[in-house]
Amino acid sequence: MSTRDYRIYDHPIIDFRRGRKITFYFEDKVIEAYEGESILAALYAVGIRIFSWSPKLSRPRGAFCMIGKCSSCLATVDGIPNKRICIEPVREGIRVYRQKGLPETPNVKQIEELDTVEVETDLLVIGGGPAGLQAALTASKLGLNVVIVNDHYKLGGQLVKQTHRFFGARQFNGGMRGFKIAEMLEEKIRKQNNIKVYTQALAYGYFKGGIVGVAVRGPKPVNLLVKPKAIVAATGASEKGLTFENNDLPGVMGAGGAQTLMNEYGVLPGEKALIIGSGNVGLIIAYQLMQAGAKVQAIAEILPKIGGWFVHAAKIRRYGVKILTRHTITKAIGETHVEKAVLQMVDENFRPVPGTEKEFDVDLVLLSVGLTPDTRFFSQAGAVMKWIPELGGLTPIRTRYLETSVEGLYIAGDAAGIEEATTAFIEGEIAGLSAAIKLGVDKKEAYERREKLLDYLWNEYRMSPVVERSRIGKLKATVSEEEMEKIRRGL
Amino acid sequence: MGFKETGVITPRELEEKGLLPPKERLEKGPVVIIECPEEIPCNICVDACPFNAIIMDKIYEIPRVQWDKCTGCGTCVPQCPGLAIFVVDLSKPDKALLTLPYEFKPEPTKGAEVDLLDREGRVVGKGKIVNARVYDKTWAVTVEIPRDKWLEVRGIWIPRK
Ligand code: SF4
Ligand code: SF4
Ligand code: FES
Repeated sequence: MSTRDYRIYDHPIIDFRRGRKITFYFEDKVIEAYEGESILAALYAVGIRIFSWSPKLSRPRGAFCMIGKCSSCLATVDGIPNKRICIEPVREGIRVYRQKGLPETPNVKQIEELDTVEVETDLLVIGGGPAGLQAALTASKLGLNVVIVNDHYKLGGQLVKQTHRFFGARQFNGGMRGFKIAEMLEEKIRKQNNIKVYTQALAYGYFKGGIVGVAVRGPKPVNLLVKPKAIVAATGASEKGLTFENNDLPGVMGAGGAQTLMNEYGVLPGEKALIIGSGNVGLIIAYQLMQAGAKVQAIAEILPKIGGWFVHAAKIRRYGVKILTRHTITKAIGETHVEKAVLQMVDENFRPVPGTEKEFDVDLVLLSVGLTPDTRFFSQAGAVMKWIPELGGLTPIRTRYLETSVEGLYIAGDAAGIEEATTAFIEGEIAGLSAAIKLGVDKKEAYERREKLLDYLWNEYRMSPVVERSRIGKLKATVSEEEMEKIRRGL
Repeated sequence: MGFKETGVITPRELEEKGLLPPKERLEKGPVVIIECPEEIPCNICVDACPFNAIIMDKIYEIPRVQWDKCTGCGTCVPQCPGLAIFVVDLSKPDKALLTLPYEFKPEPTKGAEVDLLDREGRVVGKGKIVNARVYDKTWAVTVEIPRDKWLEVRGIWIPRK
């Protein structure tokens, strides 16, 4: 274990406001941390890179997604196994042990019976990212009672790690830095007294009669049975992986995972990085790594063209970062952590060309090879799904008002197909308005606003050639009201 | 190879797309150069300009500058999310002034000597900071640079101590 502190103290954009200093135990050693950090971030900050070992081959597992979606960080916390320590806040005196393979059954004496509480509400919003928060605000302003459940202990979803100013129009928060938007939205939410927020709250199932089970963890754990009149599920997305030798070595991380460590917790994910994929996420993370003081050796792009927007590429090229098109990663090298990585050129069929290997000294390989909608809730609820490559994978079909085939269940944001933050705000608002209208809010402004948003979304924003792919995808996912009726009746 | 393959826009591509101000306008005093050649859905610069010098009909159009309306005030420089806006002043005979966005540590200070970078990050000379203003953590830095490098320099680097 190194004694170096990987926390970032001097950053051009973010002033890291760290909480009170506390201590906890990691495999019986005392670790210092700051309140507000996740357990994983606190461990990473003192140089720990392995958080569990795989069940089958005992391979070391590092941090990957950092948002509770990949399971590479399962640890035993205060006797309770299978805790995802990337979304578990540090607390004074807790005892954390890494898991080697499958854990022992927990000591039942340590687990208290949970109370089950029934909650009735007009609208249940699942997910506290841009789409969910916007939906909740919209509905609450129209007089609906709203319950938000969010699996992370902070609100804001992926906004909290976006340090760059957003593009788009000012009316949809363009020009503001992502984390500032998250702060602003959270403040607005807290002001609405008809919104109840549950954090560390996982919507685990959709039951008969439209009841949603929610496991609320944290200091006051409770089993909620929410009975809403309508639901907006904005469950977001998860990062895709990539197949290559040693792709599971600690140090191989999702680009979004590195953003979380670096920008949410102020912990440097590595010192020398290689980025795989030149979409906007890959380009932006390269710039952010440099801002945090790390070196970016290169960005590899398998296609002949840069994937993301030119302005993002120009930003990093200006500081000398190379973008190697027609290149992919074929190997990571290292025993317990990435020490080197190999890039290779690819032919027209994306096969690596022998003899073109280039070796890089890196301790970080960041994958930004796309996102896939997180639609587990919709599948379980029985929504009719469709595989749409342009949207990143499987996603529910929906009407233009964003209602799925499960009546009263609306969708918005990346779960509805990977797009931009602007469209997440807009879809969130449309879903909120639609739910309100369905529940009988009969205001002319609500209808008018919804039409205006739909018009802007489809006839202006999505007409930009650089977002064509997602527009095509969203078209494929959208069906008419009549068609949806037929699908619902099984015709 | 074009800018979509390289991440670098050449003066020729800028010229062809009509993104460079006319020579006479450049020599009159500070004027904006917007290196945003792609139809991305963004119009922050249009709203940022107090003189309505930047126009766009649809949000994804390429920003167009009315050169006679632009005063070179630099308000738009630190507000562009793409960090794609620069102001060039060629009115002095022996030097050029370039205003560019900067978001690294250490903070730029007046009088500091900096490395001048081209669009590929190569050091192409030294410059001196003559003005530095900050807007929501993004600096708009004005540097004095060799006159013949006004179309080449697009970045500065202040080494960390
Ligand atoms: S430099 Fe000033 S006047 Fe010119 S486009 Fe920018 S904001 Fe407008
Ligand atoms: S604000 Fe910047 S990125 Fe947006 S359109 Fe204007 S120049 Fe392009
Ligand atoms: S679930 Fe914790 S790193 Fe992915």
